[in-house]
Amino acid sequence: MGRRILLEHDNVSGIETYEVYRKQGGYRSVEKAIKKMSPEQVVEEVQKSGLRGRGGAGFPTGMKWSFIAKPEGVPRYLLCNADESEPGTFKDRYLMEKIPHLLIEGMIVSSYALGCNQSYIYIRGEYMWILDILEKAIAEAYANGWLGKNILGSGFNLDLSVAPGGGAYICGEETALIESLEGKRGNPRIKPPFPAVKGLWGCPTVVNNVESIAAVVPIVNDGGEEYAKIGLGKSTGTKLISASGNLVRPGVYEIEMGITVEEFIYGDEWCRGIANGKKLKACVPGGSSVPILPHYLVCKTATGEDRLMTYESLADGGFASGSMLGSGGFIVFDEDQCVVRNTWNFARFYAHESCGQCSPCREGTGWMEKVLNRLEHGQGNMRDIDLLAEINKKIEGNTICPLGDAAAWPVAAAIRHFREEFEWHVNDRETSQKRNYGLVKEPSPIK
Amino acid sequence: MVKVTIDDKTIEVEAGTTILNAARQIGGEVVPPAMCYYSKLTGSGGKCRTCLVEVSQGSEKDPRPMPKLVASCSTQVMDGMVVKNKTSQRVKENRDGVVEFLLINHPLDCPICDQAGECHLQDLSFENGSQKTRFEEEKRTYEPIDIGDKIKLHMNRCILCYRCVHVANQLTNQRVHGILHRGEHAEISTYIEKAVDNDFSGNMIDVCPVGALTDKTFRFKSRVWFLKPMDASCECSKCSGKAVVWMFGNEIYRVTARKDQYGEVEDIDGKTAWICNECRYDKKDLKNWTIEGPRKINRHSVISTNHYTEGKVEPKKLNS
Ligand SMILES: Cc1cc2nc3c(=O)[nH]c(=O)nc-3n(C[C@H](O)[C@H](O)[C@H](O)COP(=O)(O)O)c2cc1C
Ligand code: SF4
Ligand code: FES
Repeated sequence: MGRRILLEHDNVSGIETYEVYRKQGGYRSVEKAIKKMSPEQVVEEVQKSGLRGRGGAGFPTGMKWSFIAKPEGVPRYLLCNADESEPGTFKDRYLMEKIPHLLIEGMIVSSYALGCNQSYIYIRGEYMWILDILEKAIAEAYANGWLGKNILGSGFNLDLSVAPGGGAYICGEETALIESLEGKRGNPRIKPPFPAVKGLWGCPTVVNNVESIAAVVPIVNDGGEEYAKIGLGKSTGTKLISASGNLVRPGVYEIEMGITVEEFIYGDEWCRGIANGKKLKACVPGGSSVPILPHYLVCKTATGEDRLMTYESLADGGFASGSMLGSGGFIVFDEDQCVVRNTWNFARFYAHESCGQCSPCREGTGWMEKVLNRLEHGQGNMRDIDLLAEINKKIEGNTICPLGDAAAWPVAAAIRHFREEFEWHVNDRETSQKRNYGLVKEPSPIK
Repeated sequence: MVKVTIDDKTIEVEAGTTILNAARQIGGEVVPPAMCYYSKLTGSGGKCRTCLVEVSQGSEKDPRPMPKLVASCSTQVMDGMVVKNKTSQRVKENRDGVVEFLLINHPLDCPICDQAGECHLQDLSFENGSQKTRFEEEKRTYEPIDIGDKIKLHMNRCILCYRCVHVANQLTNQRVHGILHRGEHAEISTYIEKAVDNDFSGNMIDVCPVGALTDKTFRFKSRVWFLKPMDASCECSKCSGKAVVWMFGNEIYRVTARKDQYGEVEDIDGKTAWICNECRYDKKDLKNWTIEGPRKINRHSVISTNHYTEGKVEPKKLNS
């Protein structure tokens, strides 16, 4: 059985309401933290837990918290990043829709730990109905004394608001999020200074993903050391995975880190294999910005070891034969899917979402999209394939924010592993146009 | 003071100085090109990425190299930092890449562009550009539009350096001049046909590194290299009155601020000598100005050809 910590009660009816949530043990962590622990102790527990940021980069949350500057008389802010716009990622949505109070509880404990008296949840504009769910839950939390002035008689004050974005992926980048929250155009800032020193309104700020903040609740309840026992090695705890694509049972799953990829794709408890009796062709394990893996590298690493659902194992082999856990957007392709088409689709997304400040990303993403568009539609040349790889290299690492890298990596990986298929689109334009799917030669190694 | 070495030249600069400004203090070849950074405009820089350099030693204390190339205009020096600009092949390759990106959608219409001859993108392409293009797609195009009655915007030529946006932000806190749309489609625009209404709005033209913002009172009048730039001053109640008048014979064709070797408006008596719109657009009569003398122009610039020659130059006879 998989361990469910965050989604333990997601099937309890009425869990979105305060009464039911409280009955299931909700808000215990706030009582424990505020009554029995100092803010520093909460930070310490989070450090001990080994929790890594669930927004994509996997940066240790406790360490991030310990970096926040604490100048006298300057407010600090905690911002929850609920902008979730990465193609293939829809786990935060599930958590907020189902158990909004878990996020609010996490926000209260985390704000207490960081010494914030005003915190925000920045939610993507397309999640308008979730905004309503959250606001309702926040109102309940205020009404029951978990938010507002002098919480639990401790003297700790906290106001929590939800702010919707306007529907731009780039506003998920933490400094663009801050700009947007300040009412400006959502352009990523040039770093340094980092938000921990100068963030919202120029004050020290921490930005964390929804799932990271929710995970603080069990960490405080059970202790960091207990949490660290879950999972494998440096990938502690559980992770929400949003599985999509050609699966028998796509959906949002909470897994204990360390289960094998094979079990996740084929196991009865999880996705139950590839839909319609087809074979696995490729997998993008961590959201659209991570490298695609061909079928022979999905369940095994290049050295023949089992590939596990952990930060380390998914990255095993570096970019040559590995990928990343990223945000947990697990996208599976069956034998009928065309990698060129999919790569073009991703490229189109990044070209559309680039903020346009820095030249490599603004021009490079647009250029790649156009070249891929031609290739996919039978108008490409062999030199286009090398050109794509070249454009990639000139974007990667040269941009203001990681969106440039996120646009470059999937294209680079697709060409690395599926060059044949790109060449097929050039050499046999007619067939590649008629068949709206790719080129599969090898059958999938399992099932 | 901290010590920094750029292309094997070492200098001591104040803590907090950026790599680019440290390089400018050394001067010459080691200075990276800067298309968006403008020392007189707070918040500028970091966007064009032409100033990328390699940091081969982070500092004395932590000598590890920085994994990525960094934007020299927005990275501060550390004590004992070692930077490579011209001496790094990696910098050369990536800067060439950035220039290629800046040019793929650029119309390359220098023959009909007023900025030709004093265009930073032209200079940069000369240094880092390639002869051939690999861009086979259709370029994005826009119709030229008016930004107020004196400035023409050719968005086709814009490199989105944001300098004019910073000028606008410095002049007024009403956000009337900025960027619309995203990514490739981003464009400079004014808020619903409005334009910055300010005596100093013309300085946007001077900060624009390319021919995207040009002076409508000068457009198509002459090539800049046919004109003689003269330092001139006037009594002005709004600005310092210290400008450059660009003359053809005894006629003033245009007026600009005085710019230094990096294309930035100079400081005069400790203040950046932005000029007002009246000086720029309306004082086109020699009577308005006291000529101080010829403006010094880098002798490699096309602007300094044809100039300051004694006597009359006879045209060469063909086939003689
Ligand atoms: C283009 C871009 C989009 C991003 N979108 C999101 C997002 O939607 N949600 C999110 O949590 N983090 C997103 N991130 C990552 C954030 O910048 C940030 O690292 C994260 O919110 C930190 O939270 P964590 O440490 O809890 O993971 C994005 C980053 C980039 C560069
Ligand atoms: S990498 Fe792209 S999205 Fe990020 S700052 Fe540059 S242009 Fe904007
Ligand atoms: S001058 Fe440094 S990025 Fe443009």
